[in-house]
Amino acid sequence: MVGLGTWITFNVGNDPGLRDECADVMAAFFEGGGRMIDSSPMYGSSQPVVGYGLQKLGRPPALFSAEKVWTSSATAGPAQIEQSRRFWGVPKFDLVQVHNLLAWKAHLQTLLQMKAAGTVRYVGITTSEGRRHDLVEQIMRNEPIDFVQFSYNVVDRDAEARLLPLAAERGIAVIVNRPFRQGELTNRLKNKPLPEWAAELGVSSWAQLLLKFILSHPAVTVAIPATTRVDHVRENLSAAAGSMPDLATRQRISAHVKAL
Amino acid sequence: MSEWWTYRAEDFLLFSPRVYWRMFESHNAALWPLHVVTLAAGLLIILLIAWRPGVFARWIALILAVLWIFVGWSFLWNRYTTVNWAAAYIAPAFAVEGGLLLISALRDGLAFDRRGPVAWTGYLTLVFGIAGQPLLAPLQGRGWTSSEVFGIAPDPTAIATLGVLLLARGGLVPWLLPIPLLWCLLSGMTLRTMGEPQAWAPYAAVALTAAAWIWTIIRQRGSLPAA
Repeated sequence: MVGLGTWITFNVGNDPGLRDECADVMAAFFEGGGRMIDSSPMYGSSQPVVGYGLQKLGRPPALFSAEKVWTSSATAGPAQIEQSRRFWGVPKFDLVQVHNLLAWKAHLQTLLQMKAAGTVRYVGITTSEGRRHDLVEQIMRNEPIDFVQFSYNVVDRDAEARLLPLAAERGIAVIVNRPFRQGELTNRLKNKPLPEWAAELGVSSWAQLLLKFILSHPAVTVAIPATTRVDHVRENLSAAAGSMPDLATRQRISAHVKAL
Repeated sequence: MSEWWTYRAEDFLLFSPRVYWRMFESHNAALWPLHVVTLAAGLLIILLIAWRPGVFARWIALILAVLWIFVGWSFLWNRYTTVNWAAAYIAPAFAVEGGLLLISALRDGLAFDRRGPVAWTGYLTLVFGIAGQPLLAPLQGRGWTSSEVFGIAPDPTAIATLGVLLLARGGLVPWLLPIPLLWCLLSGMTLRTMGEPQAWAPYAAVALTAAAWIWTIIRQRGSLPAA
Protein backbone atom coordinates (compact mmCIF):
# COMPACT_ATOMS: atom_id res chain seq x y z
CA MET A 1 0.00 0.00 0.00
CA VAL A 2 1.27 3.50 -0.87
CA GLY A 3 0.23 6.50 1.22
CA LEU A 4 0.94 10.20 0.92
CA GLY A 5 3.42 12.05 3.13
CA THR A 6 3.17 15.81 3.61
CA TRP A 7 6.60 16.75 5.07
CA ILE A 8 7.83 19.89 3.22
CA THR A 9 5.69 19.26 0.13
CA PHE A 10 2.39 20.42 1.69
CA ASN A 11 3.88 23.28 3.70
CA VAL A 12 2.90 25.98 1.21
CA GLY A 13 1.44 28.56 3.58
CA ASN A 14 -1.48 30.63 2.33
CA ASP A 15 -0.41 30.63 -1.33
CA PRO A 16 -3.66 29.92 -3.22
CA GLY A 17 -1.93 28.53 -6.33
CA LEU A 18 0.25 26.12 -4.37
CA ARG A 19 -2.69 25.05 -2.19
CA ASP A 20 -4.59 24.12 -5.33
CA GLU A 21 -1.59 22.16 -6.61
CA CYS A 22 -1.59 20.18 -3.35
CA ALA A 23 -5.32 19.55 -3.75
CA ASP A 24 -4.62 18.25 -7.27
CA VAL A 25 -2.04 15.83 -5.86
CA MET A 26 -4.60 14.64 -3.30
CA ALA A 27 -7.24 14.23 -6.02
CA ALA A 28 -4.87 12.07 -8.09
CA PHE A 29 -3.96 10.14 -4.95
CA PHE A 30 -7.58 9.20 -4.18
CA GLU A 31 -8.39 8.56 -7.85
CA GLY A 32 -5.48 6.12 -7.95
CA GLY A 33 -6.79 4.21 -4.94
CA GLY A 34 -4.67 5.90 -2.27
CA ARG A 35 -5.98 6.08 1.29
CA MET A 36 -3.48 7.07 4.00
CA ILE A 37 -2.38 10.70 4.31
CA ASP A 38 0.15 11.39 7.05
CA SER A 39 0.92 14.77 8.62
CA SER A 40 2.11 16.42 11.83
CA PRO A 41 1.84 19.69 13.77
CA MET A 42 5.58 19.99 13.09
CA TYR A 43 5.03 20.33 9.34
CA GLY A 44 4.16 24.04 9.23
CA SER A 45 1.01 24.69 7.21
CA SER A 46 0.68 21.09 5.98
CA GLN A 47 -2.31 20.33 8.20
CA PRO A 48 -4.53 23.23 7.00
CA VAL A 49 -3.42 22.52 3.44
CA VAL A 50 -4.54 18.89 3.80
CA GLY A 51 -7.81 20.21 5.25
CA TYR A 52 -8.20 22.56 2.29
CA GLY A 53 -7.70 19.67 -0.14
CA LEU A 54 -10.12 17.41 1.71
CA GLN A 55 -12.78 20.12 1.73
CA LYS A 56 -12.25 20.77 -1.98
CA LEU A 57 -12.55 17.05 -2.75
CA GLY A 58 -15.64 16.59 -0.59
CA ARG A 59 -13.78 14.62 2.09
CA PRO A 60 -13.22 11.34 0.17
CA PRO A 61 -14.58 8.37 2.15
CA ALA A 62 -11.47 6.29 1.38
CA LEU A 63 -9.32 8.61 3.52
CA PHE A 64 -7.30 7.05 6.31
CA SER A 65 -6.16 10.04 8.37
CA ALA A 66 -2.80 9.63 10.10
CA GLU A 67 -1.71 12.42 12.41
CA LYS A 68 0.80 12.98 15.16
CA VAL A 69 1.08 14.66 18.52
CA TRP A 70 4.28 16.70 18.84
CA THR A 71 4.77 18.71 21.98
CA SER A 72 7.06 18.36 24.97
CA SER A 73 4.16 19.26 27.26
CA ALA A 74 2.11 16.27 28.36
CA THR A 75 -0.92 18.41 29.18
CA ALA A 76 -0.87 20.21 25.80
CA GLY A 77 -1.32 16.97 23.85
CA PRO A 78 -5.16 16.76 23.75
CA ALA A 79 -5.52 20.43 22.73
CA GLN A 80 -2.96 19.98 19.97
CA ILE A 81 -4.73 16.88 18.65
CA GLU A 82 -8.04 18.77 18.67
CA GLN A 83 -6.45 21.69 16.80
CA SER A 84 -5.07 19.22 14.23
CA ARG A 85 -8.53 17.67 13.81
CA ARG A 86 -10.01 21.09 13.12
CA PHE A 87 -7.32 21.78 10.53
CA TRP A 88 -8.17 18.54 8.75
CA GLY A 89 -11.93 19.02 9.14
CA VAL A 90 -12.52 15.35 10.02
CA PRO A 91 -14.79 13.99 12.79
CA LYS A 92 -11.89 11.99 14.25
CA PHE A 93 -8.50 10.67 13.22
CA ASP A 94 -7.98 7.09 12.19
CA LEU A 95 -4.48 7.12 13.63
CA VAL A 96 -2.58 9.43 15.98
CA GLN A 97 1.11 8.78 16.58
CA VAL A 98 3.59 10.16 19.09
CA HIS A 99 5.95 12.10 16.84
CA ASN A 100 9.65 11.31 17.26
CA LEU A 101 8.90 9.79 20.68
CA LEU A 102 8.61 13.29 22.17
CA ALA A 103 7.15 12.96 25.70
CA TRP A 104 6.03 9.53 24.56
CA LYS A 105 4.90 8.07 27.89
CA ALA A 106 2.40 10.81 28.64
CA HIS A 107 1.14 11.14 25.07
CA LEU A 108 0.76 7.39 24.60
CA GLN A 109 -1.33 7.26 27.75
CA THR A 110 -3.53 10.06 26.36
CA LEU A 111 -3.86 8.28 23.01
CA LEU A 112 -4.76 4.96 24.60
CA GLN A 113 -7.46 6.74 26.63
CA MET A 114 -8.76 8.37 23.43
CA LYS A 115 -8.81 4.99 21.71
CA ALA A 116 -10.76 3.49 24.61
CA ALA A 117 -13.21 6.40 24.38
CA GLY A 118 -13.57 5.91 20.62
CA THR A 119 -12.19 9.31 19.63
CA VAL A 120 -9.28 7.77 17.71
CA ARG A 121 -9.17 4.37 16.02
CA TYR A 122 -5.49 3.47 16.29
CA VAL A 123 -2.41 4.69 18.15
CA GLY A 124 1.24 4.58 17.25
CA ILE A 125 4.75 5.99 17.59
CA THR A 126 7.20 7.39 15.06
CA THR A 127 10.90 7.88 14.59
CA SER A 128 13.03 8.57 11.53
CA GLU A 129 16.47 8.09 10.05
CA GLY A 130 17.35 5.19 12.31
CA ARG A 131 17.15 7.15 15.56
CA ARG A 132 16.35 5.53 18.93
CA HIS A 133 15.58 2.07 17.60
CA ASP A 134 16.29 0.62 21.04
CA LEU A 135 13.50 2.67 22.59
CA VAL A 136 11.18 1.96 19.67
CA GLU A 137 11.79 -1.75 20.16
CA GLN A 138 11.13 -1.45 23.88
CA ILE A 139 7.80 0.34 23.27
CA MET A 140 6.82 -2.18 20.60
CA ARG A 141 7.43 -5.00 23.10
CA ASN A 142 5.72 -3.43 26.10
CA GLU A 143 2.97 -1.09 24.91
CA PRO A 144 -0.29 -1.92 23.08
CA ILE A 145 0.42 0.19 19.99
CA ASP A 146 -1.25 -0.48 16.64
CA PHE A 147 1.23 1.29 14.33
CA VAL A 148 4.92 2.06 14.28
CA GLN A 149 6.56 4.44 11.81
CA PHE A 150 10.25 4.55 10.94
CA SER A 151 12.62 5.06 8.01
CA TYR A 152 13.35 2.13 5.75
CA ASN A 153 14.61 2.11 2.20
CA VAL A 154 16.94 0.31 -0.16
CA VAL A 155 20.06 1.69 1.54
CA ASP A 156 18.84 2.28 5.13
CA ARG A 157 18.03 -1.27 6.19
CA ASP A 158 18.68 -1.26 9.96
CA ALA A 159 15.00 -1.91 10.62
CA GLU A 160 15.29 -5.36 9.02
CA ALA A 161 17.34 -6.63 11.96
CA ARG A 162 14.86 -6.17 14.81
CA LEU A 163 11.98 -3.74 14.19
CA LEU A 164 10.39 -5.32 11.12
CA PRO A 165 10.48 -8.91 12.49
CA LEU A 166 9.15 -7.66 15.85
CA ALA A 167 6.31 -5.78 14.14
CA ALA A 168 5.34 -8.97 12.29
CA GLU A 169 5.53 -10.98 15.50
CA ARG A 170 3.44 -8.51 17.51
CA GLY A 171 0.95 -7.71 14.73
CA ILE A 172 1.93 -4.03 14.62
CA ALA A 173 1.31 -2.24 11.33
CA VAL A 174 4.41 -0.56 9.85
CA ILE A 175 4.47 2.86 8.15
CA VAL A 176 7.69 3.54 6.27
CA ASN A 177 8.84 7.15 6.00
CA ARG A 178 11.63 8.59 3.85
CA PRO A 179 11.35 5.82 1.21
CA PHE A 180 13.47 7.93 -1.16
CA ARG A 181 15.62 9.52 1.58
CA GLN A 182 13.75 12.79 1.03
CA GLY A 183 14.44 12.72 -2.71
CA GLU A 184 18.14 12.02 -2.35
CA LEU A 185 17.87 8.52 -3.84
CA THR A 186 15.66 9.44 -6.78
CA ASN A 187 17.85 12.47 -7.54
CA ARG A 188 20.99 10.35 -7.44
CA LEU A 189 19.51 7.68 -9.69
CA LYS A 190 17.52 9.78 -12.16
CA ASN A 191 20.24 9.80 -14.83
CA LYS A 192 21.12 6.12 -14.42
CA PRO A 193 19.37 3.51 -16.55
CA LEU A 194 17.07 1.05 -14.84
CA PRO A 195 18.50 -2.49 -14.83
CA GLU A 196 17.01 -4.67 -17.57
CA TRP A 197 15.72 -7.18 -15.05
CA ALA A 198 13.52 -4.46 -13.49
CA ALA A 199 11.13 -4.89 -16.42
CA GLU A 200 10.17 -8.30 -14.97
CA LEU A 201 8.60 -6.42 -12.06
CA GLY A 202 6.64 -4.15 -14.39
CA VAL A 203 8.36 -0.97 -13.23
CA SER A 204 9.22 1.94 -15.47
CA SER A 205 10.99 4.25 -13.00
CA TRP A 206 13.47 4.20 -10.15
CA ALA A 207 10.78 5.47 -7.78
CA GLN A 208 8.64 2.42 -8.50
CA LEU A 209 11.56 0.03 -8.06
CA LEU A 210 12.56 1.66 -4.76
CA LEU A 211 8.98 1.48 -3.51
CA LYS A 212 8.56 -2.14 -4.58
CA PHE A 213 11.66 -3.00 -2.57
CA ILE A 214 9.99 -1.53 0.55
CA LEU A 215 6.46 -2.78 -0.04
CA SER A 216 7.61 -6.32 -0.72
CA HIS A 217 8.89 -6.72 2.83
CA PRO A 218 6.21 -8.86 4.48
CA ALA A 219 6.10 -6.71 7.63
CA VAL A 220 5.60 -3.39 5.82
CA THR A 221 2.03 -2.07 5.71
CA VAL A 222 2.41 1.24 3.89
CA ALA A 223 5.11 3.58 2.57
CA ILE A 224 4.43 7.32 2.56
CA PRO A 225 6.40 9.14 -0.15
CA ALA A 226 5.78 12.89 -0.36
CA THR A 227 5.47 14.72 -3.65
CA THR A 228 4.24 17.97 -5.19
CA ARG A 229 3.53 16.41 -8.58
CA VAL A 230 0.45 14.63 -9.87
CA ASP A 231 2.46 12.40 -12.24
CA HIS A 232 4.69 11.33 -9.37
CA VAL A 233 1.80 10.42 -7.08
CA ARG A 234 0.34 8.23 -9.86
CA GLU A 235 3.74 6.67 -10.46
CA ASN A 236 4.15 5.96 -6.74
CA LEU A 237 0.70 4.38 -6.41
CA SER A 238 1.33 2.06 -9.33
CA ALA A 239 4.28 0.56 -7.45
CA ALA A 240 1.82 -1.27 -5.21
CA ALA A 241 0.32 -3.08 -8.19
CA GLY A 242 1.72 -5.98 -10.18
CA SER A 243 4.30 -8.51 -9.13
CA MET A 244 6.51 -7.94 -6.11
CA PRO A 245 10.18 -8.88 -5.85
CA ASP A 246 11.03 -12.05 -3.93
CA LEU A 247 13.80 -12.16 -1.35
CA ALA A 248 16.54 -12.79 -3.93
CA THR A 249 15.35 -9.93 -6.13
CA ARG A 250 15.13 -7.61 -3.14
CA GLN A 251 18.78 -8.32 -2.38
CA ARG A 252 19.58 -7.73 -6.05
CA ILE A 253 17.83 -4.33 -6.02
CA SER A 254 19.67 -3.25 -2.87
CA ALA A 255 23.06 -4.39 -4.15
CA HIS A 256 22.50 -2.75 -7.52
CA VAL A 257 21.53 0.64 -6.03
CA LYS A 258 24.41 0.59 -3.56
CA ALA A 259 26.83 -0.15 -6.38
CA LEU A 260 25.71 2.83 -8.48
CA MET B 1 14.80 15.71 21.50
CA SER B 2 17.79 13.46 22.10
CA GLU B 3 20.62 12.41 19.79
CA TRP B 4 21.11 15.97 18.54
CA TRP B 5 24.34 14.95 16.86
CA THR B 6 22.40 12.78 14.40
CA TYR B 7 20.40 15.75 13.07
CA ARG B 8 21.47 17.74 10.01
CA ALA B 9 20.45 21.25 8.97
CA GLU B 10 18.16 19.67 6.34
CA ASP B 11 16.11 18.04 9.11
CA PHE B 12 15.01 21.47 10.32
CA LEU B 13 14.11 22.90 6.92
CA LEU B 14 10.31 22.85 6.77
CA PHE B 15 9.74 24.23 3.25
CA SER B 16 11.05 23.95 -0.29
CA PRO B 17 12.96 26.67 -2.20
CA ARG B 18 9.94 26.99 -4.49
CA VAL B 19 7.69 27.92 -1.54
CA TYR B 20 10.36 30.20 -0.05
CA TRP B 21 10.73 32.35 -3.18
CA ARG B 22 6.99 32.32 -3.90
CA MET B 23 6.62 33.85 -0.44
CA PHE B 24 8.70 36.85 -1.53
CA GLU B 25 6.71 37.12 -4.77
CA SER B 26 3.47 37.28 -2.78
CA HIS B 27 4.94 39.70 -0.26
CA ASN B 28 6.22 42.04 -2.97
CA ALA B 29 2.91 41.92 -4.84
CA ALA B 30 0.98 42.71 -1.65
CA LEU B 31 3.16 45.70 -0.69
CA TRP B 32 3.99 47.25 -4.06
CA PRO B 33 4.62 50.23 -4.55
CA LEU B 34 5.84 50.63 -0.97
CA HIS B 35 9.24 49.49 -2.26
CA VAL B 36 9.74 52.93 -3.81
CA VAL B 37 9.34 54.55 -0.40
CA THR B 38 11.64 52.12 1.45
CA LEU B 39 14.34 52.34 -1.22
CA ALA B 40 14.08 56.13 -1.10
CA ALA B 41 14.47 55.89 2.70
CA GLY B 42 17.59 53.77 2.16
CA LEU B 43 19.03 56.30 -0.27
CA LEU B 44 18.25 59.06 2.20
CA ILE B 45 20.16 57.17 4.93
CA ILE B 46 23.24 56.96 2.68
CA LEU B 47 23.03 60.68 1.79
CA LEU B 48 22.50 61.78 5.38
CA ILE B 49 25.47 59.74 6.66
CA ALA B 50 27.68 61.03 3.85
CA TRP B 51 26.78 64.72 4.00
CA ARG B 52 24.88 65.73 7.13
CA PRO B 53 25.60 63.03 9.76
CA GLY B 54 25.71 65.37 12.74
CA VAL B 55 22.36 67.03 12.16
CA PHE B 56 20.30 64.02 11.10
CA ALA B 57 21.81 61.11 13.08
CA ARG B 58 18.66 60.58 15.12
CA TRP B 59 16.54 60.49 11.95
CA ILE B 60 18.68 57.69 10.53
CA ALA B 61 18.03 55.60 13.66
CA LEU B 62 14.35 56.47 13.51
CA ILE B 63 13.99 55.35 9.88
CA LEU B 64 15.69 52.04 10.67
CA ALA B 65 13.54 51.56 13.78
CA VAL B 66 10.33 51.92 11.77
CA LEU B 67 11.57 49.54 9.07
CA TRP B 68 12.70 46.83 11.52
CA ILE B 69 9.34 46.87 13.28
CA PHE B 70 7.52 46.89 9.94
CA VAL B 71 9.53 43.98 8.46
CA GLY B 72 9.16 41.97 11.66
CA TRP B 73 5.42 42.42 11.63
CA SER B 74 4.62 42.29 7.90
CA PHE B 75 7.07 39.62 6.75
CA LEU B 76 8.07 37.48 9.71
CA TRP B 77 4.88 37.56 11.73
CA ASN B 78 2.26 37.72 8.99
CA ARG B 79 3.92 35.72 6.21
CA TYR B 80 6.97 33.66 7.20
CA THR B 81 5.15 32.06 10.15
CA THR B 82 2.75 30.39 7.71
CA VAL B 83 5.54 28.08 6.52
CA ASN B 84 7.97 28.28 9.44
CA TRP B 85 6.54 28.17 12.96
CA ALA B 86 9.95 29.21 14.33
CA ALA B 87 9.47 32.66 12.76
CA ALA B 88 6.94 33.45 15.49
CA TYR B 89 9.84 33.38 17.94
CA ILE B 90 12.08 35.50 15.69
CA ALA B 91 9.59 38.28 14.87
CA PRO B 92 9.73 39.72 18.43
CA ALA B 93 13.51 40.06 18.04
CA PHE B 94 12.88 42.41 15.12
CA ALA B 95 10.59 44.46 17.38
CA VAL B 96 13.35 44.53 20.02
CA GLU B 97 15.85 45.80 17.42
CA GLY B 98 13.32 48.42 16.37
CA GLY B 99 12.89 49.42 20.01
CA LEU B 100 16.65 49.72 20.52
CA LEU B 101 16.94 51.87 17.41
CA LEU B 102 14.07 53.99 18.68
CA ILE B 103 15.92 54.51 21.97
CA SER B 104 19.00 55.47 19.93
CA ALA B 105 16.92 58.02 18.05
CA LEU B 106 15.37 59.49 21.20
CA ARG B 107 18.74 59.72 22.98
CA ASP B 108 20.53 60.86 19.81
CA GLY B 109 22.83 57.95 20.64
CA LEU B 110 24.56 57.41 17.29
CA ALA B 111 27.36 59.52 15.82
CA PHE B 112 28.45 59.00 12.22
CA ASP B 113 31.99 60.25 12.23
CA ARG B 114 33.98 57.14 11.31
CA ARG B 115 36.65 57.34 8.62
CA GLY B 116 39.06 54.85 7.10
CA PRO B 117 38.67 51.10 6.36
CA VAL B 118 35.85 50.49 8.83
CA ALA B 119 33.81 53.33 7.36
CA TRP B 120 34.35 52.10 3.82
CA THR B 121 33.34 48.59 4.87
CA GLY B 122 30.21 50.15 6.34
CA TYR B 123 29.40 52.00 3.13
CA LEU B 124 30.01 48.85 1.07
CA THR B 125 27.68 46.79 3.27
CA LEU B 126 25.04 49.53 3.37
CA VAL B 127 25.04 50.08 -0.39
CA PHE B 128 24.90 46.32 -1.02
CA GLY B 129 21.90 45.93 1.28
CA ILE B 130 20.00 48.70 -0.50
CA ALA B 131 21.13 48.43 -4.13
CA GLY B 132 22.80 45.03 -4.48
CA GLN B 133 20.52 42.55 -2.73
CA PRO B 134 17.47 43.22 -4.97
CA LEU B 135 19.59 42.27 -8.00
CA LEU B 136 20.31 38.75 -6.75
CA ALA B 137 16.88 37.40 -7.77
CA PRO B 138 17.16 38.34 -11.47
CA LEU B 139 20.85 37.41 -11.50
CA GLN B 140 19.88 33.91 -10.40
CA GLY B 141 17.11 33.64 -12.96
CA ARG B 142 14.15 34.05 -10.61
CA GLY B 143 13.00 37.39 -12.00
CA TRP B 144 12.40 40.70 -10.21
CA THR B 145 9.15 39.56 -8.65
CA SER B 146 10.95 37.62 -5.90
CA SER B 147 13.58 40.32 -5.21
CA GLU B 148 14.39 41.06 -1.60
CA VAL B 149 14.13 44.82 -1.05
CA PHE B 150 15.41 46.97 1.83
CA GLY B 151 12.64 47.80 4.28
CA ILE B 152 10.40 45.09 2.79
CA ALA B 153 12.41 41.88 3.33
CA PRO B 154 14.57 40.96 6.33
CA ASP B 155 17.94 40.17 4.68
CA PRO B 156 18.58 43.53 2.98
CA THR B 157 17.21 45.36 6.02
CA ALA B 158 19.59 43.51 8.35
CA ILE B 159 22.58 43.83 5.98
CA ALA B 160 22.04 47.57 5.46
CA THR B 161 21.65 48.04 9.22
CA LEU B 162 25.00 46.33 9.79
CA GLY B 163 26.47 48.82 7.31
CA VAL B 164 24.96 51.74 9.24
CA LEU B 165 26.25 50.37 12.54
CA LEU B 166 29.77 50.02 11.13
CA LEU B 167 29.62 53.72 10.29
CA ALA B 168 28.36 54.64 13.75
CA ARG B 169 29.83 55.26 17.16
CA GLY B 170 27.96 55.28 20.44
CA GLY B 171 27.30 53.27 23.56
CA LEU B 172 24.28 51.58 22.03
CA VAL B 173 26.10 50.17 18.99
CA PRO B 174 27.17 46.94 20.78
CA TRP B 175 23.51 46.40 21.74
CA LEU B 176 22.30 47.03 18.20
CA LEU B 177 24.66 44.59 16.48
CA PRO B 178 23.63 41.12 17.78
CA ILE B 179 20.11 40.85 16.28
CA PRO B 180 21.03 41.74 12.66
CA LEU B 181 24.13 39.55 12.95
CA LEU B 182 22.13 36.59 14.25
CA TRP B 183 19.48 37.09 11.58
CA CYS B 184 22.13 37.08 8.84
CA LEU B 185 23.63 33.90 10.24
CA LEU B 186 20.22 32.23 10.41
CA SER B 187 19.26 33.38 6.92
CA GLY B 188 22.60 32.23 5.52
CA MET B 189 22.10 28.79 7.06
CA THR B 190 18.57 28.56 5.65
CA LEU B 191 19.71 29.55 2.15
CA ARG B 192 22.69 27.19 2.24
CA THR B 193 20.49 24.31 3.39
CA MET B 194 18.19 25.00 0.44
CA GLY B 195 21.23 24.93 -1.86
CA GLU B 196 20.80 28.60 -2.77
CA PRO B 197 24.07 30.26 -3.92
CA GLN B 198 23.07 33.64 -2.50
CA ALA B 199 23.71 32.33 1.01
CA TRP B 200 27.07 34.07 0.62
CA ALA B 201 25.38 37.50 0.95
CA PRO B 202 24.28 37.35 4.60
CA TYR B 203 27.39 35.35 5.50
CA ALA B 204 29.61 38.01 3.88
CA ALA B 205 27.79 40.74 5.82
CA VAL B 206 28.52 38.89 9.07
CA ALA B 207 32.16 38.32 8.12
CA LEU B 208 32.73 41.95 7.11
CA THR B 209 31.04 43.25 10.26
CA ALA B 210 33.05 40.91 12.49
CA ALA B 211 36.31 41.82 10.75
CA ALA B 212 35.60 45.56 10.95
CA TRP B 213 34.56 45.29 14.59
CA ILE B 214 37.71 43.36 15.51
CA TRP B 215 39.78 45.95 13.62
CA THR B 216 38.10 48.71 15.63
CA ILE B 217 38.80 46.99 18.94
CA ILE B 218 42.44 46.38 18.07
CA ARG B 219 42.84 49.98 16.96
CA GLN B 220 41.20 51.28 20.14
CA ARG B 221 43.68 49.31 22.21
CA GLY B 222 46.46 51.08 20.40
CA SER B 223 47.87 48.05 18.62
CA LEU B 224 47.61 49.82 15.30
CA PRO B 225 48.06 53.44 14.28
CA ALA B 226 44.83 55.39 13.97
CA ALA B 227 43.09 54.83 10.64
